[in-house]
Amino acid sequence: MLVRGKINKIIDLSVVDGPGNRTSIFLQGCNFNCFYCHNPETIKHCINCMECIQSCPTKSLTNENGGIKWNDKTCINCDECIRACNHLSSPKVYNWTVDETIDRIKKNIPFIRGITVSGGECTLQHHFLVPLFREVKKLGLTCFVDTNGSLAFKKLIDLVEVTDSFMLDIKAFDNDDHIFITKKKVDTVLENADYLASINKLFEIRTVTIAGMDNEKTVDKITSMLSKYIKQGYKIRYKIIKYRKFGVREEYSMFSSPTDEEMENLKQIALRNGFEDVVIV
Amino acid sequence: MLSEIKTLEEAKKLSLDIIKNSALTYEQKTSQLAKLAENLNNFPVDGVSDRLFEISEEGGICDLWEGHAPYAPRYICPNYQKLLDEGCKFLRLEKSETLLDAINNLLIFYHHVPSVTRYPVYIGKIDKLLDPFITDRDEAKKLIKWFLVSLDRTVNDSFCHANIGPEKTVAGEIILELLPELNNVTPNMTILYDEDKTPDDFGEKCVYASLLTANPAFANDKFYRKDFNGDYAIASCYNGLPISGGAFTLGRLRLGSLARSSKSKKDFFERVLPEAIDLMCNFMESKIKFIVEETQFFETNFLVKEGFIELDRFVGLFGMVGLHECVEKLLELESEHYEYGKDDFANNLGIEVMDFIEKRVNNFESKYSTFWNNRFMLHSQVGAQDDCGDSAGVRIKIGKEVSMYDHIRHSGLFHKYFPSGIGDHFPFDETAEKNPSAVLDIFKAAFNLNMRYISCYGDSGDLIRVTGYLVKKSDMQKFIDGENVSYDTVQYAREAFEKYHLLERKVREV
Repeated sequence: MLVRGKINKIIDLSVVDGPGNRTSIFLQGCNFNCFYCHNPETIKHCINCMECIQSCPTKSLTNENGGIKWNDKTCINCDECIRACNHLSSPKVYNWTVDETIDRIKKNIPFIRGITVSGGECTLQHHFLVPLFREVKKLGLTCFVDTNGSLAFKKLIDLVEVTDSFMLDIKAFDNDDHIFITKKKVDTVLENADYLASINKLFEIRTVTIAGMDNEKTVDKITSMLSKYIKQGYKIRYKIIKYRKFGVREEYSMFSSPTDEEMENLKQIALRNGFEDVVIV
Repeated sequence: MLSEIKTLEEAKKLSLDIIKNSALTYEQKTSQLAKLAENLNNFPVDGVSDRLFEISEEGGICDLWEGHAPYAPRYICPNYQKLLDEGCKFLRLEKSETLLDAINNLLIFYHHVPSVTRYPVYIGKIDKLLDPFITDRDEAKKLIKWFLVSLDRTVNDSFCHANIGPEKTVAGEIILELLPELNNVTPNMTILYDEDKTPDDFGEKCVYASLLTANPAFANDKFYRKDFNGDYAIASCYNGLPISGGAFTLGRLRLGSLARSSKSKKDFFERVLPEAIDLMCNFMESKIKFIVEETQFFETNFLVKEGFIELDRFVGLFGMVGLHECVEKLLELESEHYEYGKDDFANNLGIEVMDFIEKRVNNFESKYSTFWNNRFMLHSQVGAQDDCGDSAGVRIKIGKEVSMYDHIRHSGLFHKYFPSGIGDHFPFDETAEKNPSAVLDIFKAAFNLNMRYISCYGDSGDLIRVTGYLVKKSDMQKFIDGENVSYDTVQYAREAFEKYHLLERKVREV
């Protein structure tokens, strides 16, 4: 059987997902459940409960033999179905083969330098990513992975080999903080950060900062841990992201953003630890 | 509309309207009064039938208010390098030895370069002109800043165009650093961009500056050099022209209006379009003959006498607008339901119209326009304030834009027809400022797909590229509120803003 990928969304022109202009592909399904997730509809896979069918104003969702069918030709992307979903999922998911995905990517040549695969957590579908990336490479494009670092990459050699570079979320350094945010332990994430940096495949690390959390500690520890690779001449960008309420689930709306002063202070910490490319977003 | 003044009473009324207009500055009034005096003459229309005036009244032909008795070419692109190398006798300027000499000589000289706007529409490759004189970078930055401020405050019109590139220079970098700081309307600026000659870091600085200030735009240097067999100038909005030359005149067909006056597609191609093309060619030729043979400009003006410009390097520009509406109307006449920009069928009809125009215009032999083999050059004109139902050039109508990649592919089909200028402008979301290399990737691709000229601007900035020239949104508001604004271009832009919904251009969210 042909391997297929579950794709939540494709952004043909993206200037924020790695070097140059890229096509970003968001895969469905995540093994974290961060409270500040801005696209919680990518977390779980659809269970065909059919709850969303009624919400669709254009009748683009139908029940076909117990499975939900989405007509992307008539869909107006109003996202009413996503609002109706009680299961952190979306009925608007493509289930594409590598060839189908490649056909879509090809339409964006020569405008793009490469693709970036994100999610959800895209590496959960590494069986799809490896053959996809091999084909993408044949088109002369680069392949970037945007990941939460929850799977041990040392064991996913094929994926690491075919990926040009990684963008890794490090949501916290302290294990308790990490569990608080993601409900999962941090150890594998940190091992991955070190491993990817050591083979010069860590393009960017990112941390979302929230008012009231020990952001200083997180930034300080992460940058100290990776500074030896910067000293070796490897380039790692640190994107420190200010938490924003917009798009976050209602039940978590009590959190707020750090001040601009705090953000600037975090940047200075990273710079002091040897990082050269630090961006506040 | 080609209107003539019939009575002395009418002339008096027109002059008083100008004199009493509170929104015009003193200089704007002076120039409009001079135009009025010029227009007391009848058009030089030897051998052109009255159908010209009828079609113009119906909206099919427009002369862009060039005046009834043009006494200088429309666009002049002097050889500024010669000025710096040799000086100028008429203006008693010595050759330049220092950066200050060069800046002073240029600013004085610009003041004496005529054009249809009364300001120079081309001020040279300012980076290449100034770079050889730079010895101290900090000092140079101060002087170049002064140069740019002086230009903006004295040349009150953003059709004034400077070129930079394709190579990276210190002067070029200083100019790019100053653009966001100054946020000026003048000069309009273009980088002559060649992927093989322009380093990426310089290209990215250009993108960054344009996201903040809508300047510079990008010209496909390889494409232009091939057409012009070497050097060229980008002047006015985005007109490709010979250096040491320029354009005598620019007339425009309004293709949408012409299509609307046709009974059928057949009628359009067999009667309406050929008649309009022939009339406009002859009208342009009459005006060129008037400038060359009646006004003595090419015998007496110091630019000619000292060799800064040459008659043989001037061309006639045959412009057009409204291809979108033209195709729309022809499809309606044929009861076809396709959309220009989106459907191949409609785009192919656009190509059919362009092939027809290109062939017919090339059949007309001008006595002048020698640089272009005695033919007129095609120009995809950016639109003017009294256009109604005719979008700029061959552009997709605002509000009907397709995705950016498809938009660029569409443009690539049409840019080849217009050696003397065509372009598309894309507003970007502010996130692009953090990654200019992404926009540069898109521009490189556009040039590989045969686009000739492309520009971007940040949708949240004050400066916006109206149709080809720059205007500040804040100046526009002042003008609408009845305040004086020194830039002439604000007057032209008002209707474009209101009629073409410029602020509603599709922002490329990224």
